[in-house]
Amino acid sequence: MKLGMAIEEVAHAERELADRLLAVGQRHRTDHDVYHLTRTLAKMERGHLDALARHAGRYGASIDRDANGSGRAGPGGLIETAREKSAELLGRRPEPALLLLRDLRELHLLAAGASLDWVALAQGAQAAKDTDLLATVSECHNETLRTLKWTTYRVKEAAPQALTS
Amino acid sequence: MNRIENPWGERTPYARDGEWPERVDMQLADGVRPDEVEWFLSASILHSNGDEIDIAVKDGRIVGVRGDRHSRVNRGRLGPKDLYGWQANSSADRLTRPLVREGGELREADWDTAMERIVARSKELLAESGPGSHGFYTSGQLFLEDYYTLAMMVRAGVGTNHLDGNTRLCTATAGEALKESFGCDGQPGSYSDIDHTDAICCYGHNVAETQTVLWMRMLDRLHGPDRPRLLVVDPRRTPVAEEADIHLALRGGTNLALMNALVHELIAHDRVERGYIDANTVGFEALAKTVKGCTPAWAAPICGLEASEIAAAAELIGTSERLFSTVLQGFYQSHQATAAACQVNNIHLLRGMVGRPGCGLLQMNGQPTAQNTRETGANGDLPGFRNWANDSHVEELARIWNVEPSQIPHYGPPTHAMQIFRYCEQGAIRFLWISATNPAVSLPQLDRIRSILADERLFLVVQDIFLSETAQFADVVLPAATWGEKLGTFTNADRTVHLSEKAVDPPGEARPDMEIFLDYARRMGFKDKDGAPLVKWSDPEAAFDAWKECSRGRLCDYSAITYARLREKHDIQWPAGDAHPDGTERLYGDADFWADPDRSEAYARDLLTGAPLEQSDYRALNPEGKAILKAADYVPPHEEPSEARPFELGTGRTVYHFHTRTKTGRAPELQAAAPEPWAELSRSDAEALGVAEGELVEVASPRGSVRVPARITDIRPGAVFLPFHYGYWDSESGASPNGSARAANELTITDWDPASKQPLFKLGAVSVAKAER
Repeated sequence: MKLGMAIEEVAHAERELADRLLAVGQRHRTDHDVYHLTRTLAKMERGHLDALARHAGRYGASIDRDANGSGRAGPGGLIETAREKSAELLGRRPEPALLLLRDLRELHLLAAGASLDWVALAQGAQAAKDTDLLATVSECHNETLRTLKWTTYRVKEAAPQALTS
Repeated sequence: MNRIENPWGERTPYARDGEWPERVDMQLADGVRPDEVEWFLSASILHSNGDEIDIAVKDGRIVGVRGDRHSRVNRGRLGPKDLYGWQANSSADRLTRPLVREGGELREADWDTAMERIVARSKELLAESGPGSHGFYTSGQLFLEDYYTLAMMVRAGVGTNHLDGNTRLCTATAGEALKESFGCDGQPGSYSDIDHTDAICCYGHNVAETQTVLWMRMLDRLHGPDRPRLLVVDPRRTPVAEEADIHLALRGGTNLALMNALVHELIAHDRVERGYIDANTVGFEALAKTVKGCTPAWAAPICGLEASEIAAAAELIGTSERLFSTVLQGFYQSHQATAAACQVNNIHLLRGMVGRPGCGLLQMNGQPTAQNTRETGANGDLPGFRNWANDSHVEELARIWNVEPSQIPHYGPPTHAMQIFRYCEQGAIRFLWISATNPAVSLPQLDRIRSILADERLFLVVQDIFLSETAQFADVVLPAATWGEKLGTFTNADRTVHLSEKAVDPPGEARPDMEIFLDYARRMGFKDKDGAPLVKWSDPEAAFDAWKECSRGRLCDYSAITYARLREKHDIQWPAGDAHPDGTERLYGDADFWADPDRSEAYARDLLTGAPLEQSDYRALNPEGKAILKAADYVPPHEEPSEARPFELGTGRTVYHFHTRTKTGRAPELQAAAPEPWAELSRSDAEALGVAEGELVEVASPRGSVRVPARITDIRPGAVFLPFHYGYWDSESGASPNGSARAANELTITDWDPASKQPLFKLGAVSVAKAER
């Protein structure tokens, strides 16, 4: 039974996505919607770790919730403050618009990876007839897809201006 | 009766299903008699209610106003802003000549000089960086003909996506919530539903101060036989709350938690019409799942309410036979705005109470002509409620305009106002034309807005009737004509179209807004695809005729309305096409929504992220075009009170002023009634801070601080309220604070609802302290 591994896999992907969401938000502090929404989405993705933790024990998996998510890089930490300051300094220049496209692309790929990990886990949960796990997976997966769709939308919105001005 | 002391006048009570009695209000300048004036047809331009007004003229000057007794909207009544606000037209400080910046100073110039300066910069930038270098920010206070001309000129002439109105600040959530639930913008209900209802619910809507005449109609029912019950959701004890059966004074930013609990209760107690839901909606299962755990006991600590109050409110809603609801800024300008507003739509859909007499739903507008900004596409939509993501809609519009579809930017959603200012901040937009609005006072985080407007990279054109705070930053200022000085139409919050006659000449060289736009289009040489001038009209009636064709067959169908018919009938509610030439009182009585994928204005969004569905996803979700029961989970707001900033900030309005007081501050009675801003504090908070009535307090957020006198009221403890009307034009400093600031928007956060993009003026944490004078 490799379900434990699959759980750890998706947990890792979600944690990485959450951390990058926070980092991108901090970098684009002066794109206010990006800043606020990445924080909301990061919280949602991190919530998935709690949801997975309920199932981890059954399959001998361990969910590491705190890696990279606290200390210097966390809210109010040194790195965040430095990123926000540099965002404010760069906020009046056009280059961050191109940087935003690149960062959204990275988030999109991370969300796509996490999404595929959810698909794999869902298939495994069905094969193992673990309906409880399956319910958790489908709920969390739907939420990860929201991040995926948002990055697409935000790129559509930002690209025309970033690429023609 | 003194209408400053009693803004609503005398009661004329009436019973359910009765006719609202007439009451004619009139105000004339001292010494002027009604028999020596000439009357001109118009409607109110100082709020969204659309009260019908006759303008009194004597010797070429406006000398007063009178309510129109035949009006379906006001039956002769007028509110204090309309009774006194007309005096602003003849203020001595009206702009009468164009101004251009020379050596850092604004100097008078002739029209040719001013327009040539604009056109030269515009052409230079278009050649250098293309249409994305241009932004246009307009208003909710121009006329339909102005907006339609502007929308065509900007979208098909300049070819930029960056056009929005200040309607983004007041009514974007109304439009978005209607699109989400019914597939298209358009008010389902009618003011006359008040005559028939047995339960009125005002969600974040201080109707007594924002639409005084609508409140008079409600009051006359509330004080008559068969009194309807009244539910009010508002953190303040407003005049509306004073009359309520149930007043839910909830914590800021928690509207959606409350709404989810109300919907939970309706479903849990089976106070829903399953037959209606099954036949006419999609999304019930998802909605039921979303609100499953949202019991009153769950919502109570979030909202700062008692669970029993929430349950009682749900019972009031669930036991009514004819439910009437209104929604305004308390929802639209707060956290999760669209999701909360959609839950009000959901309540009506769940109860099957849409489009029948008394079962009215009004997603209100804030401004008098905001409806037209939305219809004509001078906001972030395409004209005629067309869907930018639907190629056949864009092709149809291109046919009407005789341009190639590619000439109309539709590769993404039209740029919303907050993003337009962000592009200006980045230096990507370098030409910004602002008409009839004052962002230097009305946008959030004013320090940031002022720095954007002052940026030397930005060429700023401001078209206004006074030298507003914003105009003081301009490179070119264009003097405009206003209400009573130009001909045109506008439409109120219940789809009633009015004609406003030109009663007097504008002062000096001031020109009607449409003429200014036409002058720019002509000088720029905008052409259609056959090489003829793009904009083919030169007077308001011809512009209206062109708009009729653009709107034909759409929900906002004006095709059977003419100036002549408006002069005869005074008011017609759209849709008014060939099938209903006299207009339509209510929408959707037959559940014929506009959500069909082929005709809907939008494909619905994720309310948490704002991401729109793709056309194929929307087709799968809603193939038959039913109403959509939208659902979203409550999430905590982005800025919550903390130890350092323990108070919740709310900004809003007073009955005596409109927007940034450019007109009402110049009407002596209105200015005297509310001459300066204040901060409302609860008794207990004032006591704890050691602040007495009228003493100065400093209110501070991470964005700035203001010093204003305290007003001690029955507002919910922990909340602070500031009116947003007050800027600096009538202070020593001109455009910016000099020393202590007083504009509420110094404090507000730059954040907006992900779906409607409406800024969140009613959210943010502040500190309050006693200040020395």
